[in-house]
Amino acid sequence: MVLLGQFLEVLVGGLLAGVLYSLVALGFVLIFKASGVFNFAQGAMVLLAGLALVRSLDFLVARGFPLWSSIILALCFAGVIMAITAWLIERFVLGPLVNQDGLTLFMSTIGATFILEGASQMIFGSDVYPLRLFPTDAWFLFEGLFPGGILVNKLDVWGGFIAGILVAGLAVFFQRTKTGRALRAVADDHAAAQSVGIPISWIWFVVWLVAGLVALVAATVWGTKLGVQFSITFLALKALPVLIIGGFTSVPGAIVGGLIVGAGEKIAEVFLGPHIGGGIEYWFAYVLALAVLLVRPQGLFGERIIERI
Amino acid sequence: MLYREAGQFKTTYAADMAIFPIRQDRVALALLLAFAFVGVPLLSTYHIWPLGSDYLLRAILLPFLILALAAIGVNILVGYCGQISLGSGAFMAIGAYSAYKFGTGVHLPIAWLGTEISIAPLPVLASILLGGLMAAIVGILFGIPSLRIKGLYLAVATLAAQFFFDWVFLRVKWFTNYAPSGSVNAPDLNFFGVTFHTPIERYLLCLIFVTVFAFMAKNLVRGNLGRQWMAIRDMDIAAELMGIRPLYAKLTAFAVSSFIVGIAGALWAFVYLGSWEPLAFSIDRSLQLLFMVIIGGLGSILGSFLGAGFILILPIMLNLIPTELGVPLSTETITHLEFIIFGSIICYLLIKEPHGFARLWSIGKEKLRLWPFPY
Amino acid sequence: MVRNTLVLAAAVLTGAALATPAAAQGEQFIPILSYRTGAYAVNGVPYANGVADYYNLVNERDGGINGVKLLVEECETGYATDKGVECYERLKGKGPTGAAFINPLSTGITFALTEKTTTDKIPIITMGYGRADSKNGAVFMWNFPLLGTYWSAADIAIQHVAKELGGADKLKGKKISLLYHDSPYGKEPIPALQALAQKHGFEFTPIPVTHPGVEQKSQWLSIRQNKPDYVLVWGWGVMNGTAVKEAAAVAYPRDKMIGVWWSGAEPDVTPAGDQAVGYKALMLQHGAGKFKVHEEIQKHVHAKGKGLGKDDFGQVLYNRGVVNAMLGVEAIRKAQEKFGKKPLTGEQVRWGLENLNLTEARIKELGFEGVLKPVKISCTDHEGARDGRVQQWDGKAWKVISGWYTANQATTEPLVKDISAKYAAEKKITPRDCSKES
Repeated sequence: MVLLGQFLEVLVGGLLAGVLYSLVALGFVLIFKASGVFNFAQGAMVLLAGLALVRSLDFLVARGFPLWSSIILALCFAGVIMAITAWLIERFVLGPLVNQDGLTLFMSTIGATFILEGASQMIFGSDVYPLRLFPTDAWFLFEGLFPGGILVNKLDVWGGFIAGILVAGLAVFFQRTKTGRALRAVADDHAAAQSVGIPISWIWFVVWLVAGLVALVAATVWGTKLGVQFSITFLALKALPVLIIGGFTSVPGAIVGGLIVGAGEKIAEVFLGPHIGGGIEYWFAYVLALAVLLVRPQGLFGERIIERI
Repeated sequence: MLYREAGQFKTTYAADMAIFPIRQDRVALALLLAFAFVGVPLLSTYHIWPLGSDYLLRAILLPFLILALAAIGVNILVGYCGQISLGSGAFMAIGAYSAYKFGTGVHLPIAWLGTEISIAPLPVLASILLGGLMAAIVGILFGIPSLRIKGLYLAVATLAAQFFFDWVFLRVKWFTNYAPSGSVNAPDLNFFGVTFHTPIERYLLCLIFVTVFAFMAKNLVRGNLGRQWMAIRDMDIAAELMGIRPLYAKLTAFAVSSFIVGIAGALWAFVYLGSWEPLAFSIDRSLQLLFMVIIGGLGSILGSFLGAGFILILPIMLNLIPTELGVPLSTETITHLEFIIFGSIICYLLIKEPHGFARLWSIGKEKLRLWPFPY
Repeated sequence: MVRNTLVLAAAVLTGAALATPAAAQGEQFIPILSYRTGAYAVNGVPYANGVADYYNLVNERDGGINGVKLLVEECETGYATDKGVECYERLKGKGPTGAAFINPLSTGITFALTEKTTTDKIPIITMGYGRADSKNGAVFMWNFPLLGTYWSAADIAIQHVAKELGGADKLKGKKISLLYHDSPYGKEPIPALQALAQKHGFEFTPIPVTHPGVEQKSQWLSIRQNKPDYVLVWGWGVMNGTAVKEAAAVAYPRDKMIGVWWSGAEPDVTPAGDQAVGYKALMLQHGAGKFKVHEEIQKHVHAKGKGLGKDDFGQVLYNRGVVNAMLGVEAIRKAQEKFGKKPLTGEQVRWGLENLNLTEARIKELGFEGVLKPVKISCTDHEGARDGRVQQWDGKAWKVISGWYTANQATTEPLVKDISAKYAAEKKITPRDCSKES
């Protein structure tokens, strides 16, 4: 019973932790889907969004604004910053690189990562800034059934909740709005989309903006979890296995991938880790991803890769 | 005017297939090698600028040579065979730790067979080469998924190797000879009875390795194997239809690449750092190598050198210039600026010349052929 | 494009030309290796500020050490070993006599530099970090792990646990876990803790956290199930704050957590807010707070607009920087007694370090009363002092909650002997005979 309780606790904790990775992975998916760019800068964008949010929030609160209005204003400010970033990246980095191969685009986003990391810390500071938007304590469920109960972190539940809303919102955006449809058209075929009059650079700006806003959402959750600081950029590396399990092009895939990675790595760490020395979750997620890829080379939900000569 | 091949007739097949068919290239290369092998040590011995102090030698030339070697290895895989790898750091680590184990003696008890493998400490040269060999074997192993996984998916999948080996060398105490902190020290650099201590000796040692492997790589990529790799890179299905076996071509690329990267890793650990921990071969190193290859030029040996030099030296320069000019900026600002400028230059170069310095070089050569006349 | 490249190349070349050291006469050069960016900047910045402010104080107030001005240059390592090595190579030869000593502020860089500093004859000061076996000056002639190694820290932590439990005999059968940063830094205390576990009969479990430590859920879920009586935290940077937060999430009592002195500063607890209340950490002698030396810094450095530490003035890591700089300066002063009042070489400063003897009176004179206890360094003991206290975070500030502990060398000394002898054998070093050193 104790073991079952612990297993359930780790499973639930892992699934929820996985959703938090999905929040970061979603940004990758959006950009890859629409422009074929593997955006390594997503982690840096989370940092930038978090710093913009927390610094403006602290500034407003210190000026005596009420908390709720400060939060809304700070979110707007961070949103504007992300919009500017999206425009700059589209205009100066990816616009000129249209039609280059994937590797070059990938490297250019690493270049962008350096710029974002340097600029965001230079403007907003490189200290650790606490952010408290969500409760971070825990519930203990089924205490009668299992000794000590099953621990569920409230922040993780909030994260899952937000991820759900985000995915639903993105689905509506992609399916129901004109811009969303244009986005899908561009994702299918740039040239064809352009020929029917879809302004392609505008669409790419929108995609980067949406990815920036997703980064902002991720920053609210992760900033509460860790405090906003440079280390947040390392989340990009935790999001990559999520991404390839789900497939680069699938929004629901990012969520499912997150669930698999989160549950898999936590269970491995807690139950397998002690026998082989611990600290295995980092590589375990990647090995899990590798195993999935061997069965499905495009990830679970990715578009089938069709090669022609 | 100077760079013109008119009048150089090739009268034999051997001459036609020479590694550097143009005389001026051969002369330039010979001069460069002469400078590297004779000039640099002389300047350094007599403390003539810019080698007055051994800063340039120890902090720039030494890492440059080793990373250039690693970049050649990565270029074989990424540039010639088209298999993107983010796990090069891990292969450097495998080279380094295997060389360390061979250099300090392998002692591996196999309990379930009731026996053990024991190898006495090997000479440094042998252990470095064996380090490369081990890296090649692991490279083949991690290359197998490339038969099924392609492109950026493969890139992320190679991260599995990166993180797995980071962990292995941290956790498995056998690899670090049970050092309590997990940090290990390289054995003496003793080659055939001569111990290499001074920076200049270390520099020459690396230079020999780099020269030998660069020539080998240059020869390999223009031969049968290299052409198979390039065919796979350009379109693997078409190559397969033409009778090139992807299994053989891809795995040889992984093996050769990992071998060279492994040697570079062993040199990095033994010659440059002297004492290291797995963090020295982290994902940052992998990304740095990939940068070198892409900025230098995919599918070019020369590009590997140019890229390595650029990526290594640029941040140091960016960091040095404000201090030397006496610009009153805090270290913090300088470093952030360094990041911004470095990132901008990377993006700028990728936009202006996505094929890297090697392409600029060949354009330059074409122009030189015509110079000073426009046509 | 070609032209652009040429411009770039020219810029790079000019940089190279400028990189030749500019000689300044009559000044003592001291390099600072710091990290103000990257994953560990949060902890690196206050420390570097403290170091820089104290050197500035010496220059501004006293006009240097006995008239020899200090020439200081900072180099950013980003906590990366290869950048640290590059910084060291860049700075070691500057000034008229080269670097007086080097202070890497990273265990990884310390390991990489240990051999290089031996050939370059530059002492390497690792105050409160570095390799624990380098306490043995007979083998590690150039390493000075001043004020405490991780093995001393482990012993002090266990002493405090024993005291809280009500005696060393109560340790028997207790469970103590070590949550550590998975790197040489985090692994250093393990041999000492294993030895202590054997001696006292407690159950010791090491739990690794992968760099940089942003994700610790599984570690803390294990701790929740395993219910150790104490958790020792050996973290750095983001790992510390995350550990405190995750502990709160699994409702592990924070007052049963004891951080090492690198896990007990303000940036480690502020992100966790109220959740950090009760969290304890070792003190490397000093804690937070403002002392007489701070007034001096305020008066001579900050008032002139040259101060770097603002928000972090008087914080734990800032103070550690100040203490660290002071010990270096005092070593140079000591060396000047023997070699004359002029810029000294690293070799001469090494003598000063090895013969450094800070008495209570001298510490008071320097304005460090209440910060430090007397330090006496000798050839056999490069650590000099192994005292520590324990502090607790009350939500606003660190409060000292214990008296002084002195690490018991009985358990760690055989380890020091053993491991340093191994190093000596590996590197073919003949240990010095300390009885012959003056």
